[in-house]
Amino acid sequence: MSKIKEIQAEIVSEFEMFDDWMQRYEYMIDLGKDLPLIDEEHKTDKNIIKGCQSKVWVHAELEGEKLNFTADSDAIITKGIIAILIRSFSGQHPKDILDADTSFIDEIGLKEHLSLTRANGLVSMIKQLKMYAIAYQTQLN
Amino acid sequence: MLDINKIRADFPILKREVNGKPLVYFDNAATSQTPQVVIDAIVAYYSNYNANIHRGVHTLSQEATDAYEIGRKTVQAHFNAKHSHEIILTAGTTHAINIVATGFTSLLNKGDEIIVSALEHHSNIVPWQMLCERTGAVLKVIPMNEEGSLLMDVYETLLSEKTKLVFVNHVSNALGTVNPIEFIIEKAHEVGAAVLIDGAQATPHIKPDVQALNVDFYVASAHKLCGPTGVGLLYGKEKWLNKLPPYQGGGEMIDQVTFEKTTYAGLPHKFEAGTPNICGGIAFGVALDYMNSIGFENIASYEKELLDYATNELKQIEGLRIYGEAAEKTAVISFNVGQIHPYDIGTIVDKLGVAVRTGHHCAQPIMDFYKIPGTVRASFAFYNTKEEIDIMISAVKRAVMMLS
Repeated sequence: MSKIKEIQAEIVSEFEMFDDWMQRYEYMIDLGKDLPLIDEEHKTDKNIIKGCQSKVWVHAELEGEKLNFTADSDAIITKGIIAILIRSFSGQHPKDILDADTSFIDEIGLKEHLSLTRANGLVSMIKQLKMYAIAYQTQLN
Repeated sequence: MLDINKIRADFPILKREVNGKPLVYFDNAATSQTPQVVIDAIVAYYSNYNANIHRGVHTLSQEATDAYEIGRKTVQAHFNAKHSHEIILTAGTTHAINIVATGFTSLLNKGDEIIVSALEHHSNIVPWQMLCERTGAVLKVIPMNEEGSLLMDVYETLLSEKTKLVFVNHVSNALGTVNPIEFIIEKAHEVGAAVLIDGAQATPHIKPDVQALNVDFYVASAHKLCGPTGVGLLYGKEKWLNKLPPYQGGGEMIDQVTFEKTTYAGLPHKFEAGTPNICGGIAFGVALDYMNSIGFENIASYEKELLDYATNELKQIEGLRIYGEAAEKTAVISFNVGQIHPYDIGTIVDKLGVAVRTGHHCAQPIMDFYKIPGTVRASFAFYNTKEEIDIMISAVKRAVMMLS
């Protein structure tokens, strides 16, 4: 099992401890509090992910061959979602991030956020994280 | 007095559940729900007399044409237009606005002025910006104050002989403010400008009389009036509709066609190129009949009751701020609680079965005015109840608890 898959499985099992959606949302909000926050200097319009009803800023930096993400959002549910994604991707090789599957989101009961009508832009967030991975992968090559 | 239980029984969708909870539908300003009579009319059309109109000599085509024209006459009667050919059936409000905005291209010169209000929806700003780009005309904006009312004294100073067109919504979609359109129309006419009123948000609550208003153009959508999506109206005074060139070329809008020259059909066909939304036009009439059977005065007084009740209850929530508190407003409440993002509240209350709108409501300039990312917007219709408002209030409270 790849490292990313391992982390995702860990997140899924954490969410499985809760029986109802409200507890899952509360946990997600809590995870948002652990999000590695983006530096104020990177909170620019350029780093805003388009397609979200709330603002989401993401920044990526290469440390050796590993990619680290920081982010923030002005909505706390969105902050929880980006925190979950970043927890599974941060500290991994860009190639692994590119290859990563994100279907674990379904398993933690956030499937509704994948719908295109949802303005929170989970799809845009995943796309943006992978775009960073492509950019840094090219740099590593 | 309205028999709300009887009315609710007319709307099959109100019986459904969302996330295991009974649906509380408070997004009526986005689209209203559809009563069974309208659904039946749609089914009857496709089951019994689906045919193209205005051309076939066969029975089905004649039946469909008659029903479609009855739809137009019902719209005419509802808005009290002088002639049925002053009612252009469009794809909706946006389409209707674009017919006028495009048509004015040939009527404007560089330096002419168009006035719009600060309370506009994006679809009410962009067509005029495009018109200004095409013609060199200048866009002027009537500002608003903190409570969400337009500043009429500033409006009067904006008017001059350069003003060719004034465009204002009858009711603001984001805040529910009812604008003083009688005054706006009268003042515009004093300088010889035409007036287009967007009635998309007003018509579910108010029955406008276009002749009494003396308005030049009035537009609205059926889907906010218990009708289907994809159909709406452009009312225009005959003299104005004759002045505007056709919007689209195609079948139905022509009189004679040769490769040298085409002459256009008369009103309303000049603006109805191609096969129209036949079923939509028929169902639009049925929806208006349904609403009139309930009565707009009854609707207005009942919705006012809902609005006052919800406003008072919401204000009990600590840190809640309502945006748009004009003296005259429709049953729309835009609000935020403390620093909580409207998206967060919308997500949680949806899980509790309550449908509200969150975001900037396609009215970013208004959100910029208040310096907020958006609001939560609850909008009521005559089939909503105080019990549903109670459910929303407790859902909002629960959301606030989770989110603070």
